[in-house]
Amino acid sequence: MHNFDFVKPSSIADAVKALSHEGAQALSGGQTLTPTMKQRLAAPTVLVSLTGIAEMKGVCMGDDGLSIGAATTHATVAAEAAKSYPALAKLAAGIGDPAVRNRGTIGGSLANNDPAACYPAAVLASGATVMTNRRKIAADDYFQGMFTTALEEGEIITGVTFPVPQKAAYVKFNQPASRFALTAVFVAKFADGVRVAVTGASNNGVFRWTEAEAALSGNFAASAVAGLTVDPTGMIGDLHGTPAYRANLVKVLTKRAVDAAA
Amino acid sequence: MPKDYGIGASTKRREDVRFLSGRGNYTDDLTLHGQTFAVFVRSNVAHGRIKAINTATAAKMPGVLAIFTGEDFKDVGGNPAGWLINSRDGTPMREPKRPVLAHGKVRHVGDAYAAVIAETYNQAKDAAQQLADDSDIEELPAIIDMKKAVADASNRVHDEIPDNLCFDWGWIEDNRAAVDEAFKTAPHVTTLELVNNRLVPNAMEPRSSIGEYFPGTGDYKLTTTSQNPHLTRLLVSAFVLGIPENKLTVVAPDVGGGFGSKIYHYGEEALVLAASRKLGRPVRWTAERSESFLTDAHGRDHVTKIEMASTKDGEILAIRTETLANVGAYLSNFSTATPTFLHGTLMAGPYKVPHVYVNVKTVFTNTAPVDAYRGAGRPEATFSIERVVDKMCRELGLDPFEVRRKNLLTPDQFPYTTPVGLVYDTGNYQATLDKLIELADVAGFDKRAAASKAKGKLRGMGLSTWIEACGIAPSNLVGVLGSRVGLYDAATVRVNATGNISVMVGAHSHGQGHETVFAQIVAEQLGIPEASVEIVHGDTSKIPFGMGSYGSRSLAVCGTAMTKAVDKIIAKGKKIAAHMLEASEDDIVFNDGKFSVTGTDKAKTFGEIAFSAYVPHNYPLETLEPGLEETAFYDPANFTYPAGAYLCEVEVDPETGKVDIAAFTCADDFGHVMNPMIVEGQVHGGVGQGIGQALLENTTYDENGQLLTASYMDYAMPRADDVPFYTVDHSCVTPCTHNPLGVKGCGEAGAIGTPPAVVNAVIDALHRGGMTHVAHIDMPVSPARVWAAING
Repeated sequence: MHNFDFVKPSSIADAVKALSHEGAQALSGGQTLTPTMKQRLAAPTVLVSLTGIAEMKGVCMGDDGLSIGAATTHATVAAEAAKSYPALAKLAAGIGDPAVRNRGTIGGSLANNDPAACYPAAVLASGATVMTNRRKIAADDYFQGMFTTALEEGEIITGVTFPVPQKAAYVKFNQPASRFALTAVFVAKFADGVRVAVTGASNNGVFRWTEAEAALSGNFAASAVAGLTVDPTGMIGDLHGTPAYRANLVKVLTKRAVDAAA
Repeated sequence: MPKDYGIGASTKRREDVRFLSGRGNYTDDLTLHGQTFAVFVRSNVAHGRIKAINTATAAKMPGVLAIFTGEDFKDVGGNPAGWLINSRDGTPMREPKRPVLAHGKVRHVGDAYAAVIAETYNQAKDAAQQLADDSDIEELPAIIDMKKAVADASNRVHDEIPDNLCFDWGWIEDNRAAVDEAFKTAPHVTTLELVNNRLVPNAMEPRSSIGEYFPGTGDYKLTTTSQNPHLTRLLVSAFVLGIPENKLTVVAPDVGGGFGSKIYHYGEEALVLAASRKLGRPVRWTAERSESFLTDAHGRDHVTKIEMASTKDGEILAIRTETLANVGAYLSNFSTATPTFLHGTLMAGPYKVPHVYVNVKTVFTNTAPVDAYRGAGRPEATFSIERVVDKMCRELGLDPFEVRRKNLLTPDQFPYTTPVGLVYDTGNYQATLDKLIELADVAGFDKRAAASKAKGKLRGMGLSTWIEACGIAPSNLVGVLGSRVGLYDAATVRVNATGNISVMVGAHSHGQGHETVFAQIVAEQLGIPEASVEIVHGDTSKIPFGMGSYGSRSLAVCGTAMTKAVDKIIAKGKKIAAHMLEASEDDIVFNDGKFSVTGTDKAKTFGEIAFSAYVPHNYPLETLEPGLEETAFYDPANFTYPAGAYLCEVEVDPETGKVDIAAFTCADDFGHVMNPMIVEGQVHGGVGQGIGQALLENTTYDENGQLLTASYMDYAMPRADDVPFYTVDHSCVTPCTHNPLGVKGCGEAGAIGTPPAVVNAVIDALHRGGMTHVAHIDMPVSPARVWAAING
């Protein structure tokens, strides 16, 4: 690891200011950035910690839904969202291991947008809103492909607001080594329809399976998707599964998520 | 009541207190005055010609003290192969030099071609990066696939070896015609082509070495992660650097796992010593995890075609195999023994098979060297045999339990000479099979299968009956077979004046629990408390010349040397006691820690005798030397042959292909068991590694020789929730006939017997689920592979 300066501002304004320096990089839980730095694949000159900013932490139920500060750890979400949004809490409880869950944050995960990360599926399926220091971004606009988001230079995620569905479930099939999602599906049933988001499967990152959404909006039962097929084109093919295998998982896990939610 | 002391007691592991409380003393824990840091510059291409290494810029960087390249070591020796194998035509194997640092060519990703020594680790790292940038390496086509390597003579890992073949070995060549004849006339032939997947050892502690040179005396010290410090000393001193053996001390302190990978001498050890000599300061290096993945000797990596000739009712008539064994870019120290004498000699399994012939072609490729890894050759043999037996049963519609029972050797047939050159001394394979059937509740399988079906899962059970050869073995025999080392071991028992005992052993404990078990044995022999016995290992300046620990040999070989040294102590104690008790030596008996005159109440305690040996006021000085210290070397008369029967039950999710191990039962015969808790722990660990190989571990190089599984993001190690609660049993005992403790060894059993049991269970589950088109799935039997097989 190369040497760097470390600052830990206590306000969003100070963080934005610190990030304007040449070579500065935001650090949340550090679960991706720190290993990358240790491998000398990233060498920021200044690390700006976002975990000392009180207004970016915590889980709270409001009129718009469940609001979670960007610097809130997975462990905190798992504990504090358990009653208000159990499917989301369960997702958070299944990320990594206890060490990861007590360091990693929801904002860090969303800013990185790993194509196999769990949170993007919840955000997209819930139709959540990503709050930044500049604006509010709808989930459908936020995710723009593998490791790519709508965030601009110097823009910081400050929180996420989740509308809470009537029924929801997240079913994840582990990649055997990393235990990221080899493929995982989040199904959320709202009064006005069902949203289905898939992570881990596509070369374009998290996506909505709209055919399943249409079928499930008419009939929220696993049998509703039984007749659908998933096109493997554009799916990830690697050591752990071919595109065809992942396409199969999309359907199998969607059925299981519907069963789990119902 | 289970014993609570000595042999057979489940004494808790004394070493665990320091390991679990952060008080271990591992190589990287050591801090030395004036220490410097080595970082290696490693090839990022699999195959390349070194055109230039421009050291000028790196040499001027802050803190840099020295830079070494292959040029600096071109006149010293190479790291040798420890076992000479001759090809079928009688020609000796090809042995390219394995230099300290690559010279001329780099031959695998991770091959070190330069090293930087600096004041700090980060400075060395920075300069190593600069040196890599300033190196001109012309990339050559990578040779990765073994079949292509042998077929394409134009592309060579070593320029002087045209077909990339190390040797083409036949075992036993004279039997070949009879085997071929048996196949011609056999009523049924079962054929299976399979891959025994390459594994990365993944010891918890990465390799680490510190070199020290003492200019005042000209002495050297190497502190290193080794399973056999004396062997490392011999290799570094006599073969590589040319240091007099008595000027080099090798210390292997606490070592966090080896599984074979720390048997071998590696170039990093020679480099830190040579660098220390140049700088006059200690030089240290610890592998990063990615270096472990790229450069620790890997395991397995066979591609095998096995054929089994049988009658229609399952009597095995002959076995014939053809194997390509990957040896990687260079010959690691025992890489040539592993696919041959540790593999071919086991190819009869526990069965009475009249005819067996094994052919192994060992191939150089642009991959990390491959050598012995937990089980070493025997897992490969067992997997091939147990898979093909299972396939034969399926093809002929026979019961796998009954077919094994029909072919297993029976107790009256021992000693039994196999057609592949081993003499099994004793065993009772029916007993372990019966015990397994009882413990695993085979009778209740259908009920469990129905319960699985109700959950949408397919349940299957897979059997393996395995045997291995441990405690390798008579030195004169292995010498005839090509070994360049002896395979005895040694122990010194030093009774101190106060009666407590230091035992210096040649075996090395890197997790096994020797410090506990060896003390139990000595305590029992001498009738003294276990706490009075200290086991010293891992330091060539303290211990006698031993051969270290691997091949489940520590107890059977070194433990035997130790008991023989204790016997000498008792014999000398009798002489001292006879003098003190004014009796004839023949009338002295030693029992429960007391020397007594038979038929009387006259006695001296062990402590009194020990004290007298060191304060010899009342002592037969004219006929007996003072002191009480004895050394014994022991060279075994034969291998030991642990054997057992394993049953794995799996649940397969047909929609995702995911395999869960529902139950795993082991019935082993390890001979006499010294510490049941430790034996069970060894079996648990071995089975865990076997499940890892069977389901998870998938070392993969791409066609350019890049290791795709070079971190835990892609290399799947078994975790707690990948394995079930095991049922293990070692109550079936046929004691080894040729060592006094009657022990056979248990360290590798799990890794040997498990993989075929798991794969057989998966195939069974699919067949019971109606997917009878699936004859075989290569390991690791990953969800994606199972799903593809189901839908193939």
